[in-house]
Amino acid sequence: MASGTVTSSEYISHHLTNLTFGSHPEHGLGFAKTAVEAAEMGFWAINVDTMLWSIGLGVLFTWLFSKVAKSVTAGVPGNTQNFVETLIEFVEDNVSSIFHHKNALIAPLALTIFVWIFLMNTMDLIPVDWIPYIAGQMGIHFMKVVPTTDINATMGMALSVFGLILYYSIKMKGLGGFLGELAFQPLGKWMLPFNLFLEIVGLLAKPISLALRLFGNMYAGEMIFILIALLPFWIQWVLSVPWAIFHILVITLQAFIFMVLTIVYMAMAHEEH
Amino acid sequence: MNINLTIIGQAIAFAIFVMFCMKYVWPPITGALAERKKKIAEGLDAAERAQRDLLLAQEKAVENMRESKEQAAAIIEQANKRASQLVDEAKEQARVEAERIKTAAQAEIEQDVNRAKETLRKQVATLVVAGAEKILEKSVDQAAHAQLVDKLAAEL
Repeated sequence: MASGTVTSSEYISHHLTNLTFGSHPEHGLGFAKTAVEAAEMGFWAINVDTMLWSIGLGVLFTWLFSKVAKSVTAGVPGNTQNFVETLIEFVEDNVSSIFHHKNALIAPLALTIFVWIFLMNTMDLIPVDWIPYIAGQMGIHFMKVVPTTDINATMGMALSVFGLILYYSIKMKGLGGFLGELAFQPLGKWMLPFNLFLEIVGLLAKPISLALRLFGNMYAGEMIFILIALLPFWIQWVLSVPWAIFHILVITLQAFIFMVLTIVYMAMAHEEH
Repeated sequence: MNINLTIIGQAIAFAIFVMFCMKYVWPPITGALAERKKKIAEGLDAAERAQRDLLLAQEKAVENMRESKEQAAAIIEQANKRASQLVDEAKEQARVEAERIKTAAQAEIEQDVNRAKETLRKQVATLVVAGAEKILEKSVDQAAHAQLVDKLAAEL
């Protein structure tokens, strides 16, 4: 609880608002002071907290992994290398069991997705008030530390994957082959409009389900943490500790699901069916 | 919870991280993993080969041992045979030598006997002549009776 003057709903909505920078129709260029203002900024605004945390965590991931990659040895590995190798072998196993074509992009893509999303999700385990409180002391009004609770972050990744689905579908099957797949399946050419409708919905469902699944899980988890934070401080641990422990599973699972589904979609894009 | 530019920013960041990972992270680490796998396979191979070699060497050593034992036994047997042969030869030689010495001694003895006989005969002849001279009390012409005396001496 920030302070006594804040009502519960204000507290909740405060914790669920991003630090948005953009051009407000009335107040001009600047940070949005309320959630409503952020909404009024429309599309041409950016969630600075989401970007900073996600890029920061992405840099952490690339820094750690490239540090290992630079000093990598085929001999006896050190602790960090061992850890990194475990992750890489885990991802490689998953990729090689699902994706059977030659494509140098898929495995690094899967690794990046898994580790990056895992790191972003892990921010959820930091007590909900710590970082927003510090930011508030520094004069920053909003600070949402879990990038995956921002639909923009998950949707940005899902759309990138969607772009890759389209790219590889057309590259492997040709534009005609890809459109043919959309038009003539599953019921043959006499049911073309129906097929087209079904397949396009199926196609669009891929990125949307990817984005919303991750977003929904993390948003809900964050929401529960915020609700628990509304309780008197001496009783919070009774709920927050079990929820955090359970959330470790959710965090890993969601990162894993995003990765596996991406691999599956890539495999489907490469296969004729 | 508004869709805004963040979606594009996130996509760009995502693309950059993926490309970085693809270029600088994935290849060296998987390369090292593959290399280690190869090294381990080679090591296992070498160990197996070494074990086989060891087994082979042990067999060879046992075989060598057996052969040398056989050889040693053969040499000892030969030496024994040779030794007994030498002893036999020495015995034979000794026997022959003894025979030879015995013969020579016998010959010498015979010779001595003969010489003694001869000397005796001559002395007897002289004695006989001297005796006869004494008996006849007169000088006997030695030259005239030499033939007779010699004949007498030969009969002794």
